[in-house]
Amino acid sequence: MKFGILVNEGPYQHQASDSAYHFTKAALEKGHEIFRVFFYHDGVNNGTRLTVPPQDDRNVINRWSELAKQYNLDLVVCIAAAQRRGILDENEAKRQGKDAYNLADGFRISGLGQLIEAGIQSDRLIVFGD
Amino acid sequence: MLHIVNKSPFDRNSLQSCLRLAQPNDAILMYEDGIYAAFKGTVIENDIQTTLSKCKMYVLKPDFEARGMNEGNVIPGIQSVSYSEFVDLTVQYSPVQAWL
Repeated sequence: MKFGILVNEGPYQHQASDSAYHFTKAALEKGHEIFRVFFYHDGVNNGTRLTVPPQDDRNVINRWSELAKQYNLDLVVCIAAAQRRGILDENEAKRQGKDAYNLADGFRISGLGQLIEAGIQSDRLIVFGD
Repeated sequence: MLHIVNKSPFDRNSLQSCLRLAQPNDAILMYEDGIYAAFKGTVIENDIQTTLSKCKMYVLKPDFEARGMNEGNVIPGIQSVSYSEFVDLTVQYSPVQAWL
C-alpha cells in the first residue's frame, strides 16, 4: 500500500516526529511504499543538518536522512514554512543573499502542492502533529 | 474509519470528541499521551467501556511502556499493538483520522 506522511511538529519539542519516524520505518519494513514524507509548520525543523544532540540521545535529523538513503525516500520541506524558520538549501541561501544553508541530506525544499499530490497519490495520508 | 488520538483525556477533550462521534465498527488507537486514557480506574473508564461495546480500541505498546505502564494497567478489552500492527490498522481501515 502507498502511504503519505505529514509531520507538523519539530524534533525534541513534541513526540510527533518520533512517532512519524517509527511509523514510516515500520511501514517500509513491512514492504509498503512511502510516496512522500511532507514536513510542514514547525515540522520543517526536522530538516536542519546543524543540530548536535547529546551523543546518548537519538539524532532525529540524521535518522530521517539515513532512512531516506536506505529506502530512497522523498522527504519534502515546505518552502514557506522553511524560509520563516531559517531552513534553506544552497539555492535558496544564494537567492536570499544568506551566507550559509542548512538543509540536511535526503531532504528537498518544495511547495505545498507536494502535500496535495501526496494526498491524491497515496492510499492513506497519516498526519502526525500536536 | 481508524481514529488515532495522541492527547491525554486529562489534558484536552479530543478523545471525548472522538468517543462521541465514533461510529459502530470504527477503530480507535491511542498513542503518545493518548495512552493515559487506557489506564484502569480513571474518570474516563466508563466512556471507554461504553465505546468498547461498539468499537475496537487499541493502545500503542511502546508509548505506554515509555510512560511506565504495563499490560496489567490497561482496561480489559483494549488491545495493545506494536508499530507494525499500527501500520496494519491503517491498512485495514480507511480513512485514518488524526485527532490533533
